[in-house]
Amino acid sequence: MTAHAELETEATDRMTVREAINQALREELERDEDVFVMGEDVGVMGGVLGVTDGLLEEFGEKRIVDSPISEAGLAGLGTGAAATGTRPVIEIMFSDFLGVAAEQIINQMAKMRYMFGGKIEMPVTVRTTEGGGMGAASQHSGTIHTWIAHFPGLKAVAPGTPAAAKGLLKSSIRSNDPVFFFENKMIYEDSGEVPVDEEFTIPIGEASVERAGDDVTVVATQRLVGESLDVADDLEGDVDVEVIDLRSLYPLDTDTIVSSLEKTGRLVVADESPLSYGTHAEIATRAMEEGFFSLDAPVQRVGTPDTHIPFSPPLEEEVLPSGADVENAINRIV
Amino acid sequence: MVTIDMEQPEGRKEGLRRMLTIRLFDETAEKRFLDGDIPGFVHPYIGEEAVAVGAIGALEPDDYITSTHRGHGHCLAKGLDPERMMAELYGKREGYCKGKGGSMHIADVDAGMLGANGIVGAGPPLATGAAFSIQYDDRDQVALAFCGDGGIAQGQVHEAINMAATWDLPVVYVVENNQYGEGTPVEKQHNVENLSDTAHAYDIPGFTIDGMDVTAVYEAVAEARDRADAGDGPTLIEAKTYRYRGHFVGDEEEYRTDEEVEGWQREDDPIETFKQRLVDRDELTDEEFEQLREEIATAVDEAVEHAREAPTPEPDEAYEDMFAQPAPEIQHFAAQFRADGGERGDDR
Repeated sequence: MTAHAELETEATDRMTVREAINQALREELERDEDVFVMGEDVGVMGGVLGVTDGLLEEFGEKRIVDSPISEAGLAGLGTGAAATGTRPVIEIMFSDFLGVAAEQIINQMAKMRYMFGGKIEMPVTVRTTEGGGMGAASQHSGTIHTWIAHFPGLKAVAPGTPAAAKGLLKSSIRSNDPVFFFENKMIYEDSGEVPVDEEFTIPIGEASVERAGDDVTVVATQRLVGESLDVADDLEGDVDVEVIDLRSLYPLDTDTIVSSLEKTGRLVVADESPLSYGTHAEIATRAMEEGFFSLDAPVQRVGTPDTHIPFSPPLEEEVLPSGADVENAINRIV
Repeated sequence: MVTIDMEQPEGRKEGLRRMLTIRLFDETAEKRFLDGDIPGFVHPYIGEEAVAVGAIGALEPDDYITSTHRGHGHCLAKGLDPERMMAELYGKREGYCKGKGGSMHIADVDAGMLGANGIVGAGPPLATGAAFSIQYDDRDQVALAFCGDGGIAQGQVHEAINMAATWDLPVVYVVENNQYGEGTPVEKQHNVENLSDTAHAYDIPGFTIDGMDVTAVYEAVAEARDRADAGDGPTLIEAKTYRYRGHFVGDEEEYRTDEEVEGWQREDDPIETFKQRLVDRDELTDEEFEQLREEIATAVDEAVEHAREAPTPEPDEAYEDMFAQPAPEIQHFAAQFRADGGERGDDR
């Protein structure tokens, strides 16, 4: 499966990340009768952040299911349903709530295929929102994707652009493995060009070079992709910045990162998750293992400095990594 | 395969055969574990045979079940092959899970057996998901979740029952109350006298039955299956039973007396009781029963011999079966283990 391989048209439409996700859901619901969407307020309300808007009207209550507020039950039901012939798309409203559902995720969904010697399919997608920036405080703002990416048996994707959101969600739903689809809630309104062909998908495990440059590589995720692209524009003429949208956290596209590093010799990793024991460390380690002799400077990390996300706006702004932090990181090594 | 149809003499005899198979399989597994032959843990189902056989007897062959850490009885009642089960206990490639699961994770999805489960209370949400698939596709099946008296203290079980009750999902929950959650008696873990009282909270039918009587279990589950199949939603059945052995083989059982265990064995043994009932009805003779016992004992011994001789998995197989579409990381990291001439060091 490669991007654009079987497309009948190269045409694109301009849309937001929210619209791209909604369109991906709509197309996959249309394409495959086994797909259903279940979660808290995904139907009548259209999702607490409006992502599933209009799906109930189009596909009905059988396929767009408002559930009780039962994350453990949702994760378990999704796992059991995926094992028995349907293709659930479960929404966990905020990724912080994955803590409530953790047992079914880590001990059932992730392990059943392996424990049973490969004799079961687990085509479940879990969509969830991440990220600070809207004053939602510590239990509705976390970026916890490292958790999921760390745990064997789960795949994790976290798009930074509308096109990546659509292509990756379609691949996630079509996958026979459990895939967690992390939506940063601050980029729902970001716009971009998105292929209109219904067969447009993006393979899980492939990063994308969003902007080519020779001096430094910024591997970014989610909100920090767009902010890093802005930084690259600002620095144009002084520093030639290459920006990669990582897109998939696991599997991780080491080749794209190392190829870029071989060209630039410098690496910044920008991801909103907490810094210790995390996504940044994994990328830095792989850069070291596979690209040690290309590194001209220490790898720089931009993330949340190991705090929770506080409520008060000045506090929240303080801890959330931003384009300015990416720029500082670049300036430290060029 | 002969089904466990309790309405027919042949079906009743099959029920007895499966109960005896469970008993002899687990008595043997216990011995081979104590010999050091079987690695890991073993949680024997001995004493509870009437629950698995009665409940599964009331199902259709393609119905789904989820099981527990004490799952051998559910597997054998569902018709799984003792030889492949024993091979799994021995960690052999011919086992149901190619040696990756062991006693606590035997599964055979094609037979509707969605897995034994090492997490107490994890089965009911999974069975609820299976019931959702059944309802979604309008299939003529039901799902049945076994869980213990310990399991029904878990929150996720209640989330699942509430969802099934709200959506009338075709599922039956069977709580095997074997009197102990690991080493703690049920009355120290629950405030209700009958665990089926929980059903009131969800406005679904709940029954407490004699789990030592295979016929009683069969009848209760048959009725619950009919209700589920008719679109009338879930039922919660508590089967009061007794675990003859400790929580696991090797448990010193300091929490109960020998007299208590012997009392249940003497007065309520599910196999002895049911056998006597069949003898009294002239459907079976004592000689036939002994013959059946010998046949099964021979088959179990053969399963052990086969398991001992069966090939172990190749170490490389540890890296298979993680995903439908493999993650390149796994082979990459595995290759690092073997980078130095393919050996991992002489001390291993």
